[in-house]
Amino acid sequence: MSILLTIAHRLAILAYVVFALFPLYWLLKVSVTPNDLLYSEGVRMWPSHATLEHYRYVLENSAFPIFFRNSLIVAGSTALVVTLISSLSGYALSRFTFRGKYAVVALMLITQMFPLVMLVAPIFKMLSPLGLTNSLMGLIIVYTAFNVPFATFLMQSFFDGIPRDLEDSAMIDGASRFTAFRQIILPLTLPGIAATLGFVFTAAWSELLFALMLISGNDSATFPVGLLTFVSKFSVDFGQMMAAGVMALVPACLFFLLIQRYLVQGLTAGAVKG
Amino acid sequence: MASIEMRDIVKTYGDHPVLHGVDLSIQDGEFIVLVGPSGCGKSTLLRMIAGLESISSGTMSIDGREVNDLKPKDRDIAMVFQSYALYPHMTVADNMSYSLRLRRTPKEKIAAAVAAASAKLGLDPFLGRRPKALSGGQRQRVAMGRAIVRQPKAFLFDEPLSNLDARLREQMRAEIKRMHAEFGATSVYVTHDQIEAMTLASRIVAMNAGSVQQIGAPLELYDRPANLFVAGFIGSPGMNMLEGTMASDNGTSLVRLTNGTTISLGQAVDLPEGTSVTLGIRPEHVTIRPVTGGVAASVELIEPTGLGIILHLTVHGLPFKIFTSDRALLAPGTDLTVGFPTERLHLFGPDGQRIALVPLEGSVVSSLTAS
Repeated sequence: MSILLTIAHRLAILAYVVFALFPLYWLLKVSVTPNDLLYSEGVRMWPSHATLEHYRYVLENSAFPIFFRNSLIVAGSTALVVTLISSLSGYALSRFTFRGKYAVVALMLITQMFPLVMLVAPIFKMLSPLGLTNSLMGLIIVYTAFNVPFATFLMQSFFDGIPRDLEDSAMIDGASRFTAFRQIILPLTLPGIAATLGFVFTAAWSELLFALMLISGNDSATFPVGLLTFVSKFSVDFGQMMAAGVMALVPACLFFLLIQRYLVQGLTAGAVKG
Repeated sequence: MASIEMRDIVKTYGDHPVLHGVDLSIQDGEFIVLVGPSGCGKSTLLRMIAGLESISSGTMSIDGREVNDLKPKDRDIAMVFQSYALYPHMTVADNMSYSLRLRRTPKEKIAAAVAAASAKLGLDPFLGRRPKALSGGQRQRVAMGRAIVRQPKAFLFDEPLSNLDARLREQMRAEIKRMHAEFGATSVYVTHDQIEAMTLASRIVAMNAGSVQQIGAPLELYDRPANLFVAGFIGSPGMNMLEGTMASDNGTSLVRLTNGTTISLGQAVDLPEGTSVTLGIRPEHVTIRPVTGGVAASVELIEPTGLGIILHLTVHGLPFKIFTSDRALLAPGTDLTVGFPTERLHLFGPDGQRIALVPLEGSVVSSLTAS
C-alpha cells in the first residue's frame, strides 16, 4: 500500500514538473527550429533538423547584447540596493519599537495595493523633468522603490526567526549593536539575504511595463523590451525571439545556482536549545 | 569583582508598570538569587543590570559608578542565558573567545584563557565543534565558559539550568556553586526554582508582581518568611495555610479556624479578638502521633518521593499536607493524630504580613480543640 502511495506521489510530482517545465522546453525547441521547418512540420516534439542559426543571428545582427548588458546592470543594481536597504529596514522593524512604526508599515503595505499601470503616468511625469526617463538609473530607482516594501517584510520575517538572545549576548560580550548585527545576525540571515537577492533580481530582470514606458530607443532598453523588437508589423520572428529568450534565462539560472546553497535553511540550528 | 547598587529602580512599558521601585545593595562577591513566579519582574531587573533594558527611573551603579546610560558592552558584565545564546556559526573555541577578540586581547592571552576555561569545564574535546553538534549540557557549559574567560566584574544568570534535565541540573547547580566559591565573583542569578535559590544563594531576593517581598539568607526566608507570598513560595511541598480569626483563652492566644477548630499559639499575641489571620505550618514540621494534644486526621492520598512521603489529609474537613519519612503510613485511609508544634507556627495578619511569635522553650505541641 505504502509503495503504491509513494508511486502515486512521485507520479503526481512528475506530472506537475512536466507541466511547469513544458513551456521552457517549447522555448528551447522553437529556438533551434530552422525557419523553414517552423510552420511546415506541424506540431512535433523535436524538429527533424536543429540549428543554432537563430542564436548566431541574434548575437551578431541584433541589439540583443546591449539589451542583455542593460538588464544585467538594472537587475543587479536593483537587487543589491534593495537587499541593502531592506536588510536594514527589516532589522529595524523586527527589533525596535519606535514612534510611527505602524504608520510606516501601513504605508508600505498600501504601496503594494495599487496596480502598477495606474502609476505609470505619474511616475513618468516625475522622472521626466529629472532627466531620468530613457536612462537605466531611472529604472533602477523605480524598481528599487517598488521592491523595497515587500523585501523589507521578507527580511523582517527572517530576522524575527533569529533569537534576540544572540545579539543581547553579543552586546554583553562587548559588541556595539551594529557589530552584533554585522558579525552575529547577518551571517545567520544569509539564507534570507539570498532569497531576497534572488527574488528582486528576477522581478527586475523580467519587468516589462516600466521598462517599456520609461525607455525609448535601443541604447537603454532592457531585454524584455528588446524581445519586442522581434515583433514587426507583418511578422513575428519566433526563432530569434525564442533564442534571445533562452539566452535571457541563463543569468537568472546562474544567479540562483550561486545563491542556492544559502537558500537551504538550517544555519541557525544549535543557537538556542533544541 | 564589583558591588552593585540599585536605588528605587522602576520599569514601565508604556503606562504599564512592571517594577515598582526596587532597592537592592549587592556586596562584592555575593551570590544573589532573584526568585519569584513568572512575570514578577526578576528577569527584567537582571536585564536592567546588564543594560539590555532601559531604566525608567531610579539609579543603578556598579562599583560606585552610575551605569544608567552605559551601553551593555561598556558595563563589563557577563551573562548566561536560559537559551544559552551560543553563536551557531562559530566553533566552541570562537564562541568562548568572542568577547576577548572584540577587546583585541593578544592572541596568546586569548588562547590561554580559553584553554583554562575549557579545562575547568571539560570542554577540551569539543573546542572545534559547532554548537549544533553539542548536547544540552555541553552547550550549557560553553555558555558558562564564555562568561568565565572574560573575568568580568559580575556574572548574571538568567534561569541557566531550566532547559536541562533534572539530573544534569543538579550537577550544574553544584558546579556553579563550586565555581562561585573558587572565583568569588559577584553573581546575580534569576530562577523560579526555589531549590536552586535555597542551595546557591548567599542572599535571596524574593519578588512578586514587580516588588521585592523579602531579602535575606535562604534559611531566614525559610524560617521567618516576611509575608504570605514568601511563606508559600519558599519550601516544597508548600506551607499549609489555615485561615481563621484570633481568639483567646485565659491570656493565651488562639486561632479559631473556619471549621471551628482552635489552635493555641501558646502565648499572648497583641491582636484584637476577631482579627482575621492566617496560620502557617510547613508539612515537614507537623508531628504525627504527638505525646500530648493532637487532633484526628485521615490520610486521603499518599505521594511517595523516595526520600519521604507526602501525605494529603483532612483535619476536620480542611485539606492539609504532611511530609514524613515514616513508611508505615503508606496507606490511604489510615487514621492519625497530628500535632502542631507551637514553635513551628507562622502567623500572618490580615495584610498578609508576618506577626512575630516569641520563640518558646522546648517543643510544645499546640493543643487543638475540635468544637
